[in-house]
Formats: sequence, C-alpha cells, structure tokens
Amino acid sequence: MPKLSPFQSRSALQNRADLAFRGITVFCATVLIIIMLAIFFELVRNSGLSIKKFGLGFLLSMAWNPVTQNFGALTSIFGTVVSTIIAMIIAVPLSIITALFLVELAPPILSRIVGIGVELLAAVPSIIYGMWGLFVFAPFMADHIQPALGKTLGFLPLFQGPPMGIGMLSAGIILALMIIPFICAVTRDVFQMVPAAVKEAGFGMGSTTWEVTRKVTIRYGFRGVIGACFLGLGRAVGETMAVTFVIGNDHRISASLFSAGNSIASTLANEFAEAAEPIYLSSLIELGLVLFLITFLIQIFAQLWLRRIAKGMGDRL
Amino acid sequence: MKPILKIVLWTMATVGSSILSGALSAQSISINGAGATFPYPLYSQWAYDYNQLTGLKLNYQSIGSGGGIAQIKAKTVDFGASDAPLKKDELDQAGLIQFPMIVGGVVLAVNLEGIQSGKLKLTPALLADIFLAKISKWDDPAIKKVNPGLKLPKQDITVVHRADGSGTTWIFTNYLAKVSPEWNSQVGADKAVSWPTGVGGKGNEGVAGYVQRISGSIGYVEFAYALQNNMTYTLLQNQAGKFVSPTIETFQAAAANADWKNAPGFYLVLTGQPGEQSWPITGASFILIYKDQSSAAQAKALLKFFDWCYRYGAETAKKLHYVPIPMNVAEMVENGWKNEVKSEGKPGWP
Repeated sequence: MPKLSPFQSRSALQNRADLAFRGITVFCATVLIIIMLAIFFELVRNSGLSIKKFGLGFLLSMAWNPVTQNFGALTSIFGTVVSTIIAMIIAVPLSIITALFLVELAPPILSRIVGIGVELLAAVPSIIYGMWGLFVFAPFMADHIQPALGKTLGFLPLFQGPPMGIGMLSAGIILALMIIPFICAVTRDVFQMVPAAVKEAGFGMGSTTWEVTRKVTIRYGFRGVIGACFLGLGRAVGETMAVTFVIGNDHRISASLFSAGNSIASTLANEFAEAAEPIYLSSLIELGLVLFLITFLIQIFAQLWLRRIAKGMGDRL
Repeated sequence: MKPILKIVLWTMATVGSSILSGALSAQSISINGAGATFPYPLYSQWAYDYNQLTGLKLNYQSIGSGGGIAQIKAKTVDFGASDAPLKKDELDQAGLIQFPMIVGGVVLAVNLEGIQSGKLKLTPALLADIFLAKISKWDDPAIKKVNPGLKLPKQDITVVHRADGSGTTWIFTNYLAKVSPEWNSQVGADKAVSWPTGVGGKGNEGVAGYVQRISGSIGYVEFAYALQNNMTYTLLQNQAGKFVSPTIETFQAAAANADWKNAPGFYLVLTGQPGEQSWPITGASFILIYKDQSSAAQAKALLKFFDWCYRYGAETAKKLHYVPIPMNVAEMVENGWKNEVKSEGKPGWP
C-alpha cells in the first residue's frame, strides 16, 4: 500500500469521532422538531372536547361564561392583537432610530454605554415590568397621560372612557418597553455590519448623513431589520406576566384603548389554575393552541416575506 | 487512576453523601396548604404563631378557592381552603371532608374623593344595578336618593371584580343572586362568572390594589383587606331594612343563626341572614382534607394545628376582624375527625 500523507491517513478513532459528532447533532435537531410536534399534538388532543362542542365558532365567539360553560376566543385574540399592534407601533420606530443613533451618530463611548443599557433592559424579568407597570406606570397614566389624551383626542372612540391607568393602552406601552431592547440590539448589529466602504462611497459622492443612512444603511440592512421586528413581535404576542398585571382582565371587546381587556396569555395565567370543569379546561387549552398557531403563522409569514425581499434586493445581509 | 475516572467517582461521592444527609435530616414535618385569599391574613398569622410555639412549618399559598379545591383534588397539598363549600356528594366522590375554620365578611370598598368609611349607604338593589352596569355614574339619582346628605361626584363607576376563581366571588354572587332576580338570571352565582362590566384583579389583594389605584371604583373584598389597606368601606342594608356597618358584631350576628348540626358536610351559606344587626354578606371559610391520610405523623400534625387554631386562635382571629368558630361547633368538627379521618388503618384523631 502506498504511504499516505498525514492529511490523507485517518485513524479509526477520528472516523468514529466524526460519525459520533454527526449523530449527536442530527439527534439534537430531530429532538427539537419532535418536541415541537409533541406540544402541538398534546394541545390538539386536550382541546378535543371544546373543539367538538364549539367548533370553528369558538374563534368568533365573544362569550366567556364559566357559569353556563360557554366560551369563545374572540375577546382574548382581540386583546392579544391590539396590545401587540400598539407595542409594535411604538417600539419599531423607536428601536430603529435608537439603533441608527448608536451606529451612525453617537460618539463611540456613548454608543457603548447606551448599547449596554439597552441590552440590560432586555435582562429585566417580565414580572418586574408588570409590577412596575401596575405600581408606577399605571398611576402615571391615570393621572397625567390619559386625561390629557381624553381632552385633546377624546372625540375619537379610541380615547374615550374613564382614565383607569390600566387597560389596553398601558399594556401596549409596557409591551413596547419590553421589546425595544430586542429589536434595538439586533438592528444595531445589523447596521454595524454595513461595510464602511459602501458608506464612504456614498459620502464621497457628496451625500448628506441622512441620505447615506436612508439609502445605504437602512436599505442594506433591511432584511435584518424585518427579522428583528418579527423577533420582537413573537415576544410581544406571547408575553404573559407583564400584560396580566396591567391589562385589566376583562373579557370584553371595546373600541376604547382606555378600557380593560384580556390577552390569550393573561387569560391562561389567570384562570388555568382553577379551571376544574372539563369544558373549561379544554377551552383554555384550545386558547393555548390558538396562540401556538398564531405564533407559528407569524414565523412562516416572516420567512416568506424575508425570502421575497432577498430575491428583490439581491444577496445582502 | 485515569483522571476521568477520578472525577466521576468524586462526583458520585459528593452527590451520594448530600442525598444521604438530606434524607436523614428530612425528619421535620412541614404542612402545605393552598386556597382562598379570604382567610389568608388570618391563616398566615396563625401559621407564624404556631411555628413560634412548636417549630412546625406551615406554608399556605393564597391562590383562590378554585385553586385550593383543584390542588387538594390533585393531592399536591395537605389541605385545601375554600370559601365556596363543596356539596356532600362531591365531597364523598373525592374522598374529602370539609369543616368551617373561620367566619368573615365581604365588604364593598370604594375610592371616592371626600367620602369616608361608613358614610356611603348602599341597598341590595343599588349594589346589583351597579354590578349589572345599569347604574354607571356615581351621581345617579338612585344613589343620591339613598344618600341625601352626601356629595357624590359626576364620575364613572369602575367596577372591580376578581379575575381568578374565588370563593369570595362565590359568596358575593350568592348574595347578589339572592337579592336580585335579574342578577340570578343574567349572571348567576359561582366562583367565576361572566361579569357584565369591570376590571378583574388577582386575589383579594389584586382587587384591593385596583380599588386603591382607580378613582371612582368599587370592589368587593374580605373585610381584613379593607382594614389593612385603610380602604373606604360602605354601609349595606340588610334583610331587616337596617343599614349596618361591617364589624365583628354584625358578622357574629349573621353567624349566630348558623345551624351547623343539621348541615351535611358542614355545607352552610351565611349570606342574607335575618336579624337587625346581621351583615348581609357573611360567609364561612372551609378547610378540605382527605379522609384517608397516608402518613400518620403528617395527619396528626395537621389536625393538631387545626385543633390549636380552634382552641387558642380566637383572640388573633378577633383582632383581624374574623369571627372564630364557637367551641361547640369545633367539637362537632373534631368528632367528625375521630369518625372519618383514618391514617395507616388507624383513626387519625386524637
């Protein structure tokens, strides 16, 4: 046999190590998929009773009556959607602007300090946000912000009703505060990856800072920004404790942002421990299934949109 | 020895010895209970006093009566506490016994500027209409008629109720269903109902918190919470037509009519009791334990604690404005333990 070079000869142990490594990684990946499928099947199985009783009407029913055992998901879905929309409307512009400031305009030391501050915000447990929201933020809203909004924009049905401090608007704002660190951190990393050469080319042609930011930095990192937004969206949809403290826990759909409501997560947090009747329990689990599917659909939509952007803008970031 | 083998043996030795020492030191008994937030201030005080006396650790989680019933049925706790008593057949089906531990009152607390405790008068009809959202402003003529001398603001009424399954809700809706046929047909009485209006707080603590924070709000809480948080409570008109104040005397007057002897499984509801001095929304809070206790030592410790509460806990209860169960009823309860509670084949009491 010709003598093999050190690069060509591989001992049996090295071959086995390679196989083992591949086996372990494939196993871990498969386990994750199996767990996700298992969760889905368990949710479907345990909501069988309420699916049979209410059918598709469950998604459109506003009822939630533990006495007559008549349940519907619409109030909870509405609360989840509205509080998430409010959070995204506030958080996305703020995060992008903050990230741009940190990357483009701030001196390096300030950028690093503020950057660390933003990342620390992400580490605060959500129940602390909830408690802060209830004890500090809600009275502030009730005493100052909500009366002011009611006086100036009170003709809109969105801002009518007694200023309780807690409610849909407060829940949305607290959610925004929670997802800003996520969106901001990822967006900042995305903007930092824009090659300096491309930006300098823009400056070299005589563009202003704003023109370079808009037409080079943001366009270059657009896919990353969208990805960051969906990350924040996913967190906001499922956020439980912070929302439960300030949303008011009322199974109701109201046009006013000042009114109390309920999200899927807060309904589950409040009522799961005591739901003794089978239909009650099954309806709560079906709510959980609805939330699971909403999150899943958001992820699929995000992937499809990102892929479309990638095709349109070429293969960048 | 190869290094990896040394590490493995060393780990096994430390883990093994800690498990062993843990097992040897686990001789001390601790009792876990969960349930109603209604008696929580009292149970936590009793647990503390008993711990000072005997060293027994008692852990009580106030998760709501619904939670207490669910947890004792799931056998995750040694006793459950519920303001909503179970009916005898449900008790027999689950193998539980229940007995009353304390009697307390549910009061209405309001947050209105310029109105002090005991000044606002409410009739049963007014209360039902407020909670049915038929009366939505504090200066409504119906409220003004009952409170002629009071300056009521032109403010929206924000109703605060419970978001979780609650025995306090059970007592309160039981009362409303008794005094208002419209409430009975539209909403009903249960640990959790479909409230026509209002925001939901978690536990008595949550309702108290919301009422204190929201101006123009009204909520129902157990009396100890209203006192401990310096909340403004209202007067309520009882069945005899008199406006009574929530005090230990009015709670006792309502409880005086209780016929515990003829109540199977001690199932008794004390709302809307007759009597000039009776507080309309009184209720007893019950303890649920299994008839068949797996550990004799645990069962003995558990029942000794409850016996101590009956015999020596009355002063503490009265200080927190709960009505203690009279000794003759306590003796009926302990007779029940003797006959029904068994552990490891032998009677669990005495």
